[in-house]
Amino acid sequence: MRHLMNPLDFTVEELDSLFDLANDIEKNPAKYAHACEGKKLATCFYEPSTHTRLSFESAMLSLGGQVLGFSDAGSSSASKGESVSDTIRVISCFADICAMRHPKEGAPMVAAEKSSIPVINAGDGGHQHPTQTLTDLLTIRSLKGQLGNFTVGLCGDLKFGRTVHSLINALVRYPNIHFIFISPPELRVPDYITDMLQERNISYEEVIRLEDCISKLDLLYMTRVQRERFFNEEDYVRLKDFYILNKAKMELAKDNMLILHPLPRVNEISVEVDDDPRAVYFKQVQYGVYVRMALILTLLGITCE
Amino acid sequence: MLNVGKIEEGFVLDHIGAGKSLSIYHHLQLDKLDCTVAIIKNAKSNKMGKKDILKVECDINTLDLDVLAFIDHNITVNVIKDGEIVAKKELVLPKEIKNVIKCKNPRCITSIEQELPHIFVLADEEKEIYRCKYCEEKYDERLE
Repeated sequence: MRHLMNPLDFTVEELDSLFDLANDIEKNPAKYAHACEGKKLATCFYEPSTHTRLSFESAMLSLGGQVLGFSDAGSSSASKGESVSDTIRVISCFADICAMRHPKEGAPMVAAEKSSIPVINAGDGGHQHPTQTLTDLLTIRSLKGQLGNFTVGLCGDLKFGRTVHSLINALVRYPNIHFIFISPPELRVPDYITDMLQERNISYEEVIRLEDCISKLDLLYMTRVQRERFFNEEDYVRLKDFYILNKAKMELAKDNMLILHPLPRVNEISVEVDDDPRAVYFKQVQYGVYVRMALILTLLGITCE
Repeated sequence: MLNVGKIEEGFVLDHIGAGKSLSIYHHLQLDKLDCTVAIIKNAKSNKMGKKDILKVECDINTLDLDVLAFIDHNITVNVIKDGEIVAKKELVLPKEIKNVIKCKNPRCITSIEQELPHIFVLADEEKEIYRCKYCEEKYDERLE
């Protein structure tokens, strides 16, 4: 039995098969509409995350399966002091597969060790959020036709953003990637990431202003820059506009550059950019459902001919 | 000069960093064994200046050498049988250590889950980096 804890749990070849399946689901949804009939997905969310939970539920419902679960710890037995190990053994009797979000890092792995059904890590604190990374990779592969030979810009909070760290770790497995990290000095990508890139001889540069590099990018991954991450208000006010994507900045970008964002967005992408064909962050949400459908099928060992 | 007698069967752990023998005594749980233990602190050493030595009279299968390797893999382990050194064991960093050190990440599941063992795995052998199995937080302080 397999679980998904970390985006690197799957080899590049396994990811290719998963993405092929997701693309087939996209083209032929009717073929998969009853694939999970009689199967149940438990969504065990110890902290609220509407997008991720609804994406999982939508995925299972689109496969003809059913869903049950809880959406915050207060409405689960955790509020009575039940351990994760006990909860998953109970849930294993109720469902065929489980997606777990937990504020404590490593909680889904504890669940996987005791579970008799596949467990998917749906986000564990600041640690991993593998289905977001799979979503990002599927979006890029589907819209660009490949997962290599890009200049990738990552913009915003690169210090605390786990989606950014996971995406970098996943992309380094593909050939000829050049990274440009665009962030204020306070929110630079951590040393362990740049050390890893140097060890693997992968080229990268660090810049402060998006305008200075946007023309070189094939992909731009935007994240939020939160006010509370800055040491003082003046720095925030001085720097914040560098990280807001608007029409003027988009005029400097390539015609085929894609803009991705893990959402929710606050103000880092101006709404005037939404109608630009290069803005694919809402398509990305749709790919998130397809990749979760492919993942549920794969972990349950269900094939559709 | 202090003289400590020979042991018949057991281990002599040599080249322990000066002052570290008591920590090793506790981590090897020697306090729980009903056997003779000699703890020699600050012995003169040509190689190290000062060193600690532990002599343990016990069945040679009872010591957890993985823990010892994690604490300091430069320690020399002499295996004694019938009063003679019969082998010198090379210590290799263990792939995994269980309940020797605790994860200090307050966001880690080990901080709240009942009776969950604290497991660290060897993430980088060259740099001797261990990471918590669950949250992957790096453990980079040697045991005091």
